[in-house]
Amino acid sequence: MKQVFKRPPTLKDVPFHFCPGCHHGTIHRLVADAIDYYNLRERTIGVAGVGCSVFVYEYFDIDVAEAPHGRAPAVATGLKRVLRDRIIFTYQGDGDLASIGMSEIVHTANRGENITVIFVNNTVYGMTGGQMAPTTLLGQQTTTSPYGRDFLQDGYPIRMAEMLATLEGTSYSVRMALNTPANLMKAKKAVRRAFEMQMNDMGFSFVELLSSCPTNWGMSSLKANERVEKELIPYFPLGIFKERKGSDHL
Amino acid sequence: MEKRLFIKGNEALALGAIKAGCRYYFGYPITPQNDIPEYLSKHLVKVEGCFIQAESEVASINMLLGASAAGARAMTSSSSPGISLMQEGISYLAGSELPAVIVNITRSGPGLGGISASQGDYFQATRGGGHGDYRTIVLAPHSVQEMHDLTLVAFDLADKYRNPVVILGDAVLGQMQETMVERIVHPAELPAKDWTLTGAAGREPNLIKSLYLKEGEMERHNWKLFAKYQRMKKEEVRYEVSLGEDADLIITAFGTAARVSKTAIRLARAEGFKVGLFRPITLFPFPEEALQCLSRRVKRFLSIEMNTGQMVEDVKLSVARDADVHFYGHPPGSPPVPEELLEAIKKVF
Repeated sequence: MKQVFKRPPTLKDVPFHFCPGCHHGTIHRLVADAIDYYNLRERTIGVAGVGCSVFVYEYFDIDVAEAPHGRAPAVATGLKRVLRDRIIFTYQGDGDLASIGMSEIVHTANRGENITVIFVNNTVYGMTGGQMAPTTLLGQQTTTSPYGRDFLQDGYPIRMAEMLATLEGTSYSVRMALNTPANLMKAKKAVRRAFEMQMNDMGFSFVELLSSCPTNWGMSSLKANERVEKELIPYFPLGIFKERKGSDHL
Repeated sequence: MEKRLFIKGNEALALGAIKAGCRYYFGYPITPQNDIPEYLSKHLVKVEGCFIQAESEVASINMLLGASAAGARAMTSSSSPGISLMQEGISYLAGSELPAVIVNITRSGPGLGGISASQGDYFQATRGGGHGDYRTIVLAPHSVQEMHDLTLVAFDLADKYRNPVVILGDAVLGQMQETMVERIVHPAELPAKDWTLTGAAGREPNLIKSLYLKEGEMERHNWKLFAKYQRMKKEEVRYEVSLGEDADLIITAFGTAARVSKTAIRLARAEGFKVGLFRPITLFPFPEEALQCLSRRVKRFLSIEMNTGQMVEDVKLSVARDADVHFYGHPPGSPPVPEELLEAIKKVF
């Protein structure tokens, strides 16, 4: 019998700690798939953000640095400037990247730092128990927006992929989702493309992935997937917002 | 060959960093330390190094963390308010056991304060500064020569202990120009860096982290760090004693305050007052034992500081119980002048 599906070797054979229905596990798989697809395991270094993302080193069979909350792009910059022939990626949630780490992500992109950023947007602070994130949708109830997010009080959800696409330094900026098999296949392609850009010295690549958080959304896994389709995608449209064809300095 | 240079303190430090093998510098402009990034932006590229003007001190310290994790010798510099912003990163460096050199050319505070020299950051530097139970090695130069020489020492100590090292200068030390001798450097024997992140090729993955959640892990990690700090206390204490043999009064002072005290002591001796100087060069580890030994014979101490009383607490903790510890503070604005310190000395006599 022919084997058609298996765990990418870069992903360790250990059970995830993630809640049932959470997309983090799937995203881990996509990243590991890209690393193995290009045979990069022995020269890839991951940088973990703070939150549910921090346990990257438990699951990937690669070197990993843990960054302070929001600072993963700065840590990745330090690593990449020393090790220019290595592949460096950060793995960050929405609180980490779009709130406390906004300055670092913007300036790292603007420098055109040749790294890959995997941005997991589930519209909520997962690990701390479901507080409002910068990406929380208007009207969405969280433990710190109990009456629903109100723009007069909390402002609007931030669209990171579009925002970073406006910067000259950004080479690749996309948003994908994992809620359907079709979306998942597109996301897989995008993650591969982002690593490929880095391999080709093309500069800063950014993949935003809409992710579900059934636990903090208070929904079943199935309902959470439906929410991604009905509520998240209309506000956070999927697509490629920027894709450079050649690098500036080549 | 020894070379004599007439050079600014900040530039002597930057020159020392390059000579120590530092190839990566990350920093954000702030007075009075700008000569350091300016010098390094010009010269690092010539030795295939890399200079980044970061978007903030927060980014600087984390770029330093990344470069250090990759195994490189790297440095950042700033001045007091910027160093406050770096404290989170310094805590992570200490917790993750990463070597790093952090230069604080202090200015006055609190708040935006002013750009004049101050020793108001003594507590912040010597008590760790950020969250958690950690220490950094703190080196306190008092001349342009030492700004250079102690930078060489700082990189070796950082690598030896896998720990951040702080160089605590100030506006006067950074800006003044003096003659300095460029000495030949012999590479120190240091432990191999087998912990760096370089890609897990043919080995198990390396991790750089400070998160310990499993039962007992955090406690073990804290005791491990503590043992390291104890070893620093045993092996790395540096200090200078001058004119201590016949002294009836010992001035304790570091950095610029020690430099001005040296002149004040000359003036006092000319008038017949037997005064000596005890100058800690490592503020952590503080030279407790040496000071205690000295206090068996000398019973009067005067701590002179450019603040309202910080190091004096360590002096009191170190000296014998029957020793008398006085304090003279000159908070920032302008540095103290020798005549003023002479008056302070006379008052204690």
